[in-house]
Amino acid sequence: MLPHPPASAIRVAYLIASVLFILGIKMLSSPRSARRGNTLAAAGMLLALIATLLDREIVSYGTILAGVVVGGVIGTIAARRVAMTAMPQMVALFNGSGGGAAAIVSSLEYLRFARADLPVPPVMSVTILVGALIGAISFTGSIVAFGKLQGLVTERAVTYPLQKPLNLALFVAIVGIGAWLVWTGQPNPTVYAWFAGLSLLFGVLFVIPIGGGDMPVVISLLNSFTGLATAATGFSLHNHVLIISGTLVGASGTLLTYLMCKAMNRPITNVLFGAFGAVKAGGPKGAARPDVAEGKQVRDVSVEDVATMLAYARRVIIIPGYGLAVAQAQHGVRELAELLKSRGVEVKYAIHPVAGRMPGHMNVLLAEANVPYEELYDLDAINPEFDETDVALVIGANDVVNPAARSDPGSPIYGMPILDADKAQHIVIMKRSMKPGFAGIENELFYDPKAMMLFGDAKDSISKLTAAVKSV
Amino acid sequence: MIEQLLTDLTIFILAIFVGYETISKVPVILHTPLMSGTNAIHGIVLVGAMLVAGMPEGPFVTALAFVAVVLGTINVVGGFLVTDRMLRMFAGGRR
Repeated sequence: MLPHPPASAIRVAYLIASVLFILGIKMLSSPRSARRGNTLAAAGMLLALIATLLDREIVSYGTILAGVVVGGVIGTIAARRVAMTAMPQMVALFNGSGGGAAAIVSSLEYLRFARADLPVPPVMSVTILVGALIGAISFTGSIVAFGKLQGLVTERAVTYPLQKPLNLALFVAIVGIGAWLVWTGQPNPTVYAWFAGLSLLFGVLFVIPIGGGDMPVVISLLNSFTGLATAATGFSLHNHVLIISGTLVGASGTLLTYLMCKAMNRPITNVLFGAFGAVKAGGPKGAARPDVAEGKQVRDVSVEDVATMLAYARRVIIIPGYGLAVAQAQHGVRELAELLKSRGVEVKYAIHPVAGRMPGHMNVLLAEANVPYEELYDLDAINPEFDETDVALVIGANDVVNPAARSDPGSPIYGMPILDADKAQHIVIMKRSMKPGFAGIENELFYDPKAMMLFGDAKDSISKLTAAVKSV
Repeated sequence: MIEQLLTDLTIFILAIFVGYETISKVPVILHTPLMSGTNAIHGIVLVGAMLVAGMPEGPFVTALAFVAVVLGTINVVGGFLVTDRMLRMFAGGRR
């Protein structure tokens, strides 16, 4: 039996933990202090957890200890083993775990009322139901997102007839059951189980129709959901550290969701309900498109020609896309860039906000390959520089350099901010094939007279290119 | 009851503003660590899981509470460790 400090001491510990979380996030504003910030937040977490263990309401430690050991081992192994390319699905899984935990905690709160056969006050049942609903959606939604990113479920948007009306009906049913539970006030575990079960189902159906390339938005949104579910749990337990931290995360996820949508110039409703990237019925995709005139030719180029061009360039901008990550070519790209820099070429990386499968993903992949973060530029910073750039090297990126986003009001990506690769003197596009990108549309940039295509696996082409530059 | 709710709501609303202000200052290059770091922070729900797991209840509740503690711990431990792994790389990129 542990000694029980007064309840006020525990609340002070929670307050300090909340402050440490806020300071930790604040220190994330610079790469220099970021790691210390994360450690600070972790220290806050440890403090909060120790304080909780001393709470007088806790009388048995067996379950807690067993759970912490099992969860700790799984979490540690997963965090150590995961490849940086798989970070989005890892974050989705961790996020789903939090959502699941929040849903269970809410449900057990409800069950406590049921066991004591006490009426549930309306405020209490609302916070419990909100916590369970959002937590459950986040739990199953994250698992589906994980499946899509991991390739266990198709990355394409899955659509079927009457999908939207059915989803809406399901949601209305969930809210109706919830309202009934609040209204009657009498705890009813059977009806509650239906509420929770349908919420879990809704999480699956909510994410299924969203395509793989839109996962940055989905992951951000689910992150904010788990935060809000945690905050709701805080309301039902009257625990302020849960409210504060849950809300911080909710704000973070919401802001990132907004930024991702802005980076694609698509409203959130379009991302969630637009089934972007779905396989349209009837005819192969991209066939007989009016925007690509007959007889337009792409220009192939040899590795040697590209090597010469790069070696004698003054300024080169590298535009990495998800294709680069898939080919695991980050390290090769860094070597090539360093070789060019040693020849006096100025090399910069242009990172589109939605490059990768979660916000900021490409930056992490390049940092892993030891690319100094000073060389990474975001869209607004790099776009004015393309005019004075000799070679724009597009590696595995597609939609984010498609000029149709600027010029063709009929294009699905019209209005999306793009990297102005077409303004460079020469454009070299490294791609596996002419297959369209996530948006499933043709890219006029490939037919630009200044553009040259270097087909093949990115990793392979890059290493050939590096060898060729060495012998220039 | 209403008093308690108002206190909770006050904290909730203020936390929204604090969250918005601090998070909007995080640069784009750190958005992935931001997400996985805040992800670890919402693992604080483990506090709630511990509270329900520590109460003497029947086997069904204990089993569910155990799952909640496992999930919460995965969230916390995995989240902070993986964020640290990423941020170490950014520090290494400084040179």
